Amino acid sequence: MNDIRTQEMNLNFGPQHPSTHGVYRGVFTMEGEYITKCVNHIGYLHRGIEKMAESRTYTQFIPYNGRLDYVSGMLNEEAYVRTVEKLMGISDQVPERAEYIRVIMAELQRIASHLVFYSSMALDMAGFTPWTYGFRERDTILDLFEMAAGSRMMPNYMRFGGVAADLNEEFMPALRKLLDIMPKCMEEYHGILTGNEIFQARTKGVASLSREKALNYGISGPSARASGIDYDLRRDEPYGIYDRFKFNVPVRQTGDTFDRYIVRMDEMAESVKILEQAYRELPEGPVLAKVPKIIKPPAGEVYHRIEHSKGHLGFHIVSDGTAKPYRLRICSPCFVNVAVFEEMAVGLHLQDAVVAFASLDIVLGEIDR
Amino acid sequence: MVLFLVWVDMFRQWLVGIGIPALPAEILIKTILVLIVIIFVLTNLIVLVWLERKFAAFYADRVGPNRLGPAGFLQFPVDIVKMLGKEDIIPENVDRPVFKIASICAFLTAIMGWAVIPLGKGMILEDLNVGLLYFIAIGSTGTIAFVMAGFASNNKYALLGGMRTAAQMISYEIPLAFSLLGIVMITGSLSLTEIVDAQKNVWFIFPQILAFFAYFVCSIAETNRGPFDLAEGEQELVAGYFVEYSGIRYALFMVAEYTHLVAVSAIAAVVFLGGWNAPFGLTFIPGFIWMMFKIYLMIFLFMWVRWTFVRVKVEHLMHIGWKFLIPLTLFNIVITGIGVYVYRMIAG
Repeated sequence: MNDIRTQEMNLNFGPQHPSTHGVYRGVFTMEGEYITKCVNHIGYLHRGIEKMAESRTYTQFIPYNGRLDYVSGMLNEEAYVRTVEKLMGISDQVPERAEYIRVIMAELQRIASHLVFYSSMALDMAGFTPWTYGFRERDTILDLFEMAAGSRMMPNYMRFGGVAADLNEEFMPALRKLLDIMPKCMEEYHGILTGNEIFQARTKGVASLSREKALNYGISGPSARASGIDYDLRRDEPYGIYDRFKFNVPVRQTGDTFDRYIVRMDEMAESVKILEQAYRELPEGPVLAKVPKIIKPPAGEVYHRIEHSKGHLGFHIVSDGTAKPYRLRICSPCFVNVAVFEEMAVGLHLQDAVVAFASLDIVLGEIDR
Repeated sequence: MVLFLVWVDMFRQWLVGIGIPALPAEILIKTILVLIVIIFVLTNLIVLVWLERKFAAFYADRVGPNRLGPAGFLQFPVDIVKMLGKEDIIPENVDRPVFKIASICAFLTAIMGWAVIPLGKGMILEDLNVGLLYFIAIGSTGTIAFVMAGFASNNKYALLGGMRTAAQMISYEIPLAFSLLGIVMITGSLSLTEIVDAQKNVWFIFPQILAFFAYFVCSIAETNRGPFDLAEGEQELVAGYFVEYSGIRYALFMVAEYTHLVAVSAIAAVVFLGGWNAPFGLTFIPGFIWMMFKIYLMIFLFMWVRWTFVRVKVEHLMHIGWKFLIPLTLFNIVITGIGVYVYRMIAG
């Protein structure tokens, strides 16, 4: 029977496909419904963001960061703003209140981003109900962003030396309310999806990524931690005031689709812990350091990275002393993480490939830049 | 429903009375009855589409249609107008005749099953003595329509969808038929009317609970609904076998799915839930109402399952069918056989 071969066919998966999380295109060579080869095609969303950065002043580039990974704008902004602060040497001048607000925003954004992951992964298995459940709390978080920044998805909230505006009086009660309901919501998410036998059968042991392979590909963030790489920048290379918070870094060993899922779910719970601490300890005071109106960092170059919801997001800026960056490069986590899919997809069933792809939590805005 | 029979009889006598020969009169009556059944099924469809969206909204914690008509009830007519108004796109290089008739075949096979389903005593188009067999046979021919659609579309997603349907339907026809076999052994008849009559005292769901479970699972697979909607597989196959269909041709596939859904629910009501027999002696409520209540109870179950579970994988689907449901239904047949034998020994 092994001599009987079916005719292989090419299947264009995307760019206009409901499960590609944007305009990703994979060309699958298929034998029946099994993938024998996968070729990644990216670049359909290319917006030339890095080039744009070089033709704008440092401050003007802040709003563009929200468009990088459009489901975690706050984190993108934080990464950029911190890099420029490092370049200017004003990292230690950021007021304490601003640092706390940054942590609150970053962790809220991490939860929101993981909720989008939860929802879209469920939807990739036709789980319509969990899909709306995840978006429910994400919406509450976006409401919080609206209170603070005036906008929901593209916040434009971080500034060099702090944040754009102080929190209004509605914000903290609303945050309290969210923190109160989150444990119950987490239970609900797990109840409707994690405990489901079909879900477990579809994710456990599927598309396993070994520790070695993850390291070789340079995978970072939750996807790496699911493969046993115990590394989190918030704990291991703390930036801002992260060293003041107590939280665990969820790590799993097998690196299969289920582990990548559960690591993110656990991270949400840890983010809630950080938020609880930040909520308690938030000091009074100014939210913006005294920085010049026109930023002109000294000539030189700097690289800084933060723990983004999807992995390590780093900015490399070369300054020539003018008001515009001479060169700006973005090292984005999804761009690195998606590379492994070419190898991961081989041997998978088409249905598994869709879920494995979702478990990498890709946002194309960040890949194509 | 007796009234219904009386009306039909009066109408027949009137036709004969005005001088129409018996055969044309009978053809006319049957034509009218067929139209009534089609109208009944399509009316159900309107309710179902609305119900499904409302249920989905309820389960998924959202609002659902609420703008057109009371509680969004007029959404479906508006959708229909929209679909009819859409351009009938037939892509190049499709197998045109096959492509065109596939959607019609899907609808026809779905509606043909209704010929033998009784909605009340005597409210049946044709009380075949092999009614159950006919229903299963007709139900399985729907596969051909889906494979035709998938193959003719000249689209790889559609082809995969069509092939999945074929595999799925073939695997689940067997346990479906087996699950109904126990009932046939108890009643000794394949006529649906007789099966309902045999349930005057006890509904078959109680002695045949395993069979009911198997039937329920197989019906989900047969109607291509979640979590067994692999042929459609929106997340991996975009829309599966009907990916290239638009407008009214697409609508026909949707109509076929719902028609099939009502049909399998009606069969479940007839075979397992006592048909038009009233429970607890509540006979003052007409049998037709009871029947409709039971059908919608089943539909509710189907919707509940669909909006709760995620989709299964192809190989798991096959495993459930071949390694679980077939042994289960075979076991049920053995148990039923022993039960019937013992009963006959006791009853003499």
